[in-house]
Amino acid sequence: MNGVLIVARREFLSYFATPLAAVFLVFFLGIAAALPFYIGNFFGRNIADLEPFFSFHPWLYMVFVPAIGMRLWAEERRQGTIELLMTLPLSITQAVLGKFIAAWGFLTVALALTFPLSVTVDYLGSPDNGVIVVSYFASWLLAGAMLAVSSAFSALTRNQVVAFVLSVVACFTLLMSGLEIVLAPFRGWAPRELIDLISHLSLLTHFSDMMRGVIDLPGLVFFLSLIGFGLFATVAIVDTRKAR
Amino acid sequence: MAQAIETSALTKRFGTVQAVTGVSFAVSAGEVVGFLGPNGAGKTTTMRMIAGYLDPSAGTARICGVDVAENPVAAKRHLGYLPEGAPLYGDMSVRDFLEFIAAARGVAKSVRRERIDAISARVRLEGVMDRRIDTLSKGFKRRVGIAQAVIHDPEVLVLDEPTDGLDPNQKHEMRSFITDLGRSGKAILISTHLLEEVETTCSRVVLIDAGMVKMDGTPADLRAVSPGGTLDDAFRTLTVPG
Repeated sequence: MNGVLIVARREFLSYFATPLAAVFLVFFLGIAAALPFYIGNFFGRNIADLEPFFSFHPWLYMVFVPAIGMRLWAEERRQGTIELLMTLPLSITQAVLGKFIAAWGFLTVALALTFPLSVTVDYLGSPDNGVIVVSYFASWLLAGAMLAVSSAFSALTRNQVVAFVLSVVACFTLLMSGLEIVLAPFRGWAPRELIDLISHLSLLTHFSDMMRGVIDLPGLVFFLSLIGFGLFATVAIVDTRKAR
Repeated sequence: MAQAIETSALTKRFGTVQAVTGVSFAVSAGEVVGFLGPNGAGKTTTMRMIAGYLDPSAGTARICGVDVAENPVAAKRHLGYLPEGAPLYGDMSVRDFLEFIAAARGVAKSVRRERIDAISARVRLEGVMDRRIDTLSKGFKRRVGIAQAVIHDPEVLVLDEPTDGLDPNQKHEMRSFITDLGRSGKAILISTHLLEEVETTCSRVVLIDAGMVKMDGTPADLRAVSPGGTLDDAFRTLTVPG
């Protein structure tokens, strides 16, 4: 455990060593706060809740999470520091977990800094704060799941742009798989079970379910298994590709 | 007692390319062994297998008796390793970087400060401890690289071209540091292209070419290989085909 924290601490601080963190936070917070007002009809709905805010999160994360995840391993490989990291007395699992926790921690900071919005709705009306808390939790899990996927793609290449593009495509696919546009080509020939399975792999479906204010077990299991799967894949990829 | 470094029939293939074939040698405590060979001979690949960065295709590498492939974390605890080109986290200050490495290598928190101060004084880094690593000159970076390798006082050191790219004064300092480390009882394997380095620093030489050990002996043994009696001639005799 100690090794995980040592890696996580270094990685987390490295975000703040460059303007990267500041640029990321400014853009993320600016867009996250603007969307509900300009597109989400925050005032016009005349309902004191944060639905217009949270419903944009999957699409925001689709770009912002791979932007954080892309450097996790690609950067180590490009700089050659992966050789240093892999020859420290740490297991690959410890290194993968440490880096993931650091990046997820950073996304947590970004998400937490959106709190003025919830203060605003509290001031303007009397929202159901339980729903808001659950939505924040769901959003946090969603970010973690997308990050774990991005981490695996980052481990595949030394090129951050390639890692970014692959991660965006993967996140997009995972988001959309519950929608008719993805399911339509399967209808007519695929068995019903397969179509159900694909639609259950959708991040969007599970996220929307939780946004109603209930932590449902299938959703929780889905997000956590996706994180587990992404990290497991990262460990396997780092292990087989560490020296290329 | 187990040798500090011991490789037996160490072999590495990359696809169809045979990089290292059946390399066996040992380094015991207090020895400084020069690892010689032309570019592409397999020096770095061999060192990476010893350091646990690459898994061997066949054969074993042991550090202090621990099989590196079987028990990598335990083996790496005994090891200080300077990778080729001394890669470092450029966005950290020297002090933060050494803190990180010391923590990761299991140096107890109570003595970490003391160790870092002692090592940085020894390799003369005191003036740059709070500078970002990517703003340092090559000489300083290499010293940070060597400092991180010895920060936990390991029994075994594997240094891949520690003097590469340094000026003559810096080379001299680095060599005297390595010699001191050898005298203090560490087992040291250094790769180099500089034959005079072998003369001044190493008690033994392992020469490889095309992935195979061509010679294992003292610098004097190596010199005796050639009629001219110089290391340069001997190196050429052993590694130039025909």
